[in-house]
Amino acid sequence: MINSLFLINHSGDIFLEKHWKSVISRSVCDYFFEAKEKAVEPENVPPVLQTPHHYLISIYRDKLFFLSVIQTEVPPLFVIEFLHRVAEMFQDYFGECSEMVIKDNVVIVYELLEEMLDNGFPLATESNVLKEMIRPPTILRSVVNTLTGSSNVGETLPTGQLSTIPWRRAGVKYTNNEAYFDVIEEIDAILDKSGTTVFAEIQGVIEACVKLSGMPDLTLSFMNPRLLDDVSFHPCVRFKRWESERVLSFIPPDGNFTLMTYHVSAQNLVAIPVYVKQNISFFESGSCGRLDLTVGPKQTMGKTVEGMMITVHMPKAVLSANLTATQGTYTYDLATKVLVWDIGKLNPQKLPNLRGSLSLQSGAPKPEENPSLNIDLKIQQLAISGLKVNRLDMYGEKYKPFKGVKYVTKAGKFQVIRHDWTVFLACKGKP
Amino acid sequence: PHHVSTNSGIFSVLRNEDLKEMLESSKESLKLEAMKRIVGLIAKGKNASELFPAVVKNVASKNIELKKLVYVYLVRYAEEQQDLALLSISTFQRALKDPNQLIRASALRVLSSIRVPIIVPIMMLAIKEAATDLSPYVRKTSAHAIQKLYSLDPEQKEQLIEVIEKLLKDKSTLVAGSVVMAFEEVCPDRIDLIHKNYRKLCNLLVDVEEWGQVVIISMLTRYARTQFTSPWKEGATFDENNEKAFYDSEEEKKDQVEAKPYVMDPDHRLLLRNTKPLLQSRNTAVVMSVAQLYWHLAPKHEVSVVTKSLVRLLRSHREVQYIVLQNIATMSIQRKGMFEPYMKSFYVRSTDATHIKTLKLEILTNLANEANISTILREFQTYVKSQDKAFAAATIQAIGRCATNISEVTDTCLNGLVLLLSNRDETVVAESVVVIKKLLQMQPTQHCEIIKHMAKLFDNITVSMARASILWLIGEYCERVPKIAPDVLRKMAKSFTAEEDIVKLQTVNLAAKLYLTNSKQTKLLTQYILNLGKYDQNYDIRDRTRFIRQLIVPNEKSGALSKYARRILLAPKPAPVLESAFKDRDRFQLGTLSHSLNIKATGYLELSDWPAVAPDQSVRNVEVIEPVGSLPSLLLTYSVAVVHTCRIDSQNCYFTVSYKSLSPQLVSVNIPTFGPVKSHELLHHMTGKGLSARYHFPRQPCLYQPNMVAVQVTLTNGSDHSLEEIHIGDRSPASLNLHCFNTIERLEPEASVTVSMGIDFSDSTQAANFQLCTKDDQFSVSIQPAVGELLMPSSMTEQDFCKEQGKLLGMNETSATITLAAENSSSQSLSKQVLSVANVGVVSSSENNIHRFAGRTVSSGALVLVTAESRESSTALLTINTDKSIMASMLLRDLKQALAQA
Repeated sequence: MINSLFLINHSGDIFLEKHWKSVISRSVCDYFFEAKEKAVEPENVPPVLQTPHHYLISIYRDKLFFLSVIQTEVPPLFVIEFLHRVAEMFQDYFGECSEMVIKDNVVIVYELLEEMLDNGFPLATESNVLKEMIRPPTILRSVVNTLTGSSNVGETLPTGQLSTIPWRRAGVKYTNNEAYFDVIEEIDAILDKSGTTVFAEIQGVIEACVKLSGMPDLTLSFMNPRLLDDVSFHPCVRFKRWESERVLSFIPPDGNFTLMTYHVSAQNLVAIPVYVKQNISFFESGSCGRLDLTVGPKQTMGKTVEGMMITVHMPKAVLSANLTATQGTYTYDLATKVLVWDIGKLNPQKLPNLRGSLSLQSGAPKPEENPSLNIDLKIQQLAISGLKVNRLDMYGEKYKPFKGVKYVTKAGKFQVIRHDWTVFLACKGKP
Repeated sequence: PHHVSTNSGIFSVLRNEDLKEMLESSKESLKLEAMKRIVGLIAKGKNASELFPAVVKNVASKNIELKKLVYVYLVRYAEEQQDLALLSISTFQRALKDPNQLIRASALRVLSSIRVPIIVPIMMLAIKEAATDLSPYVRKTSAHAIQKLYSLDPEQKEQLIEVIEKLLKDKSTLVAGSVVMAFEEVCPDRIDLIHKNYRKLCNLLVDVEEWGQVVIISMLTRYARTQFTSPWKEGATFDENNEKAFYDSEEEKKDQVEAKPYVMDPDHRLLLRNTKPLLQSRNTAVVMSVAQLYWHLAPKHEVSVVTKSLVRLLRSHREVQYIVLQNIATMSIQRKGMFEPYMKSFYVRSTDATHIKTLKLEILTNLANEANISTILREFQTYVKSQDKAFAAATIQAIGRCATNISEVTDTCLNGLVLLLSNRDETVVAESVVVIKKLLQMQPTQHCEIIKHMAKLFDNITVSMARASILWLIGEYCERVPKIAPDVLRKMAKSFTAEEDIVKLQTVNLAAKLYLTNSKQTKLLTQYILNLGKYDQNYDIRDRTRFIRQLIVPNEKSGALSKYARRILLAPKPAPVLESAFKDRDRFQLGTLSHSLNIKATGYLELSDWPAVAPDQSVRNVEVIEPVGSLPSLLLTYSVAVVHTCRIDSQNCYFTVSYKSLSPQLVSVNIPTFGPVKSHELLHHMTGKGLSARYHFPRQPCLYQPNMVAVQVTLTNGSDHSLEEIHIGDRSPASLNLHCFNTIERLEPEASVTVSMGIDFSDSTQAANFQLCTKDDQFSVSIQPAVGELLMPSSMTEQDFCKEQGKLLGMNETSATITLAAENSSSQSLSKQVLSVANVGVVSSSENNIHRFAGRTVSSGALVLVTAESRESSTALLTINTDKSIMASMLLRDLKQALAQA
């Protein structure tokens, strides 16, 4: 399936190559560089490319290209999903996924890639299994290794790979047995300038950190599972139990993992925690404009909104901004034309306001596009959808684990856009 | 002097000579350091082949990491250094016989990766042996090796197919994905090999690892298209929007009374049912593969179950979005309805990458209909203002497509586009001109104002495509703008030499048309332009000029053709059809590379059309013991079992029977049964409205299917009226393989009846839930087996036991030291307790203090070996050897509990 992998940095240097079948010359990457040149921005490079003898499937993340070379028909998502797993594994092992870190740990990287694919087909992609075979580096260990010549490669044999629950390693032991679940929700919304919701939905994820000894079999149930419109699970979750009883029943992997992601759709009313009053206008003459933003809480379920931040992508003609903020600080980046207003905690008694003048390049025409606002925020101890964990039960082991659930709401892709209602396509109704 | 360095120092330069010296040193740490540097070189793409002889010597090293790095090197360079590579082969051959399964697997992995033709026979032998290995992990590795050998030497195909055939029968979830992958690569046309394994693959699917699921689903999609008949209604069009056709077909149906109604093959249904839960997978490739399976196999009204999951994938990485959007684009052409409710998910965000934006635009255009067009156009209008001008241009094209598809908005769109002509941005203007040109062609009569407007704008437009379009329009409709057209031609005559080729061609075109319709005003201009064209640098233009001159200017040589000049040049031209780029993309299986690239990729396997008549369905039948229907025959079956000894005291009864199963071979097993058999409540008479039920595990081999656990249910009617039609209703999970008892027609008050069922627990202690129904009521009940009930006794000699135990060491061994209750310290009572917990057989033992018990799991037949070694001070060492590690730990827990209690 996957013939070769090339890791390429931002500026187009190939800094690592690995082949699982016959060696393919790195000159194959030239086709990719051609497409990269054409795309200008790295995000715009098409993920699937065709060359005379090969197919190239690539992903771009963390400022790196992971480029795989394919020789025959394969579902492109299969390769894309795998490449992301590789990147995630680097993140997991080294704390970050960057050219420097990969170069520094090239032997471990090679050992990992060797175990993750056999003849181009995924073999072990579970972090739990890989960590048993190849230990992640620590400063202490790398010093010890060089002094004693001992290795990163585990002496123990990976049991996970052999069992029917490949995501969990055997013989896990903890003195403190704990299981923590973070319910994290992100609101994706588009509001128009009058504050009306054009589109809103909630994307949720339950991140788990489970450190339990032995083979615990967990059951997690919700107060209101009906809220969940669409779900996807870690492979450990038993589909059938969910289908019949709406409970999550699973033998967890050891350590951190994403238990499930879910979606609460627009059909259910989505609470919008803040509103933004905005007025950004440019004058036809005099090369200037005005900006006036006010933020206030809307539906916060009695919780405090924190980490409030508003980002405005200004039109290219805006040279500078002379503003005053009643709360927080603002910055305007001249190069990227991005205005960031970092507000912090939202005080319902005294609404934060940012106002002042914008100066435009002299002679430039009045900007056509109205800037949209992106909103960032955080609300602790609240899942805005109203989802609540009911209980967590453990079977299969005798000890009493410590359990905890945390909720947090964040803004995902939260935009306020200014539709300009001088509609050029005024649509008439049906004749 | 060799300096010690940390990992980060790997790139410090060391000459090959130094590395060789390090590899030949006696210090393990130096060797390892050298290998790490060499791997660093390989990773960078540097040539390290010179070191081959020094490296290969370390292939048998005791240090695991060193050995692994040598393997990496060997696989990389063996092809180039074949002779030297052969030196390492014997090491691997030895390792293939290692008692540790992981070492066997790893040896096979490396051996089969060494691409040296001379070892083909050795590889073949190793693969064949590994395919029958007891460890599923080794068998999985052999499936991978099949593909490697095949690519090294395609001549081996026939022999490899034999191995594939054998491995396809494997029941392990570990092997399934890999062997299907091998099948797809080596012999995808041998559909016949799949028949007998079809149902098993469907049933295993949920438990196979993610990557294997994708491969199996894709293969089963192709299989289903050759074996089942179309679930798509005969005569109904694929286009759901065409309601008329739908109703027509209904009427037709009434006429053709003899037409057979469509009945879906249960195996077809099985596949759809068992893949559906995988839509919830976290793996985007799995979700996409189920989506394409539903698209290609499910009845039309069921396909929409995949919509939600596909829309979910749009939250994933950019590259995932790209592929999913491509597939949605193809789907949304035929099935607007599937995605229309999620229209807002396809709204473009300013942060989207260009290729994502374009695809979303494509989908929104596909979804446009009379009802939502105003919303979509409002959305488009913000896109037109985007700073990304290429995207704005694409939006204008999309508006053009909406205008042609939905006649209600044609005028609105056209007016909007005309307004855009005064846009400050050139690309926007140019694209608008091009689209307006296409729209005007559809209904030119009403639009001479627009043409005039465009003619006025002409001077300010510099984009050549747009200029050419305006010229074409004016030429085509020159009779509607009789005053403006000659003037435009005059201006063009002036600027002709400075124009782009495409504009020159259209100028010649315009001149010719005007010459034919208004030669009085334009004759001289035309001749001037034709003269300029005659000496143009571009041969296309010279060619066109020569052709046009012959066609329109009559002379003695031009002959008959010029008579028709007017009819040729001014013939009414059909309006262009604005179509989606994804039309007809579904000739490729969705989700494939070929679909993504819109070309047939190497190795693409065509999806066949549904057969008109389904091939023989019975090919998929697997030989199972036929379920026994009625009581008399049940008794008949039991009568085969011969009770050898029977000892009954107040509490226990103990049988030894030789049992002749209905399968051909005679199985002799010891079936110890300890009583009283524990019975459990299934339904209390209060909740069951008088009906109560209890169940127990009789520990008999199940007569219905060998992989089922036999369960006996005693039903009692505690109410004052008779209960009718007691039967089993819905079960959950729906795929639960359960053999129901025959419906009990009538159960009188106070009467009770015992019936037998079979349940396939799939070697898991997960409860089987189902509904117990009477004529009037339904009660949800559940049976949860203790782990010991999922076993059946296996008879073996002590010698065999030890041999099997040797193969199940390492991670397959679970053990614990336990304290025995005083009552259980005697060997007899110890055995008794073990047998009461688990349905295993006693293995006669030559040692007094060691007790051995053997069993197999009912569903998969995996061996479970229990050893209890009693030690002094009433403790015992309990050891369980099996590759079912969860079962082992649960069984150990149960045994511990039973033996610790009195």
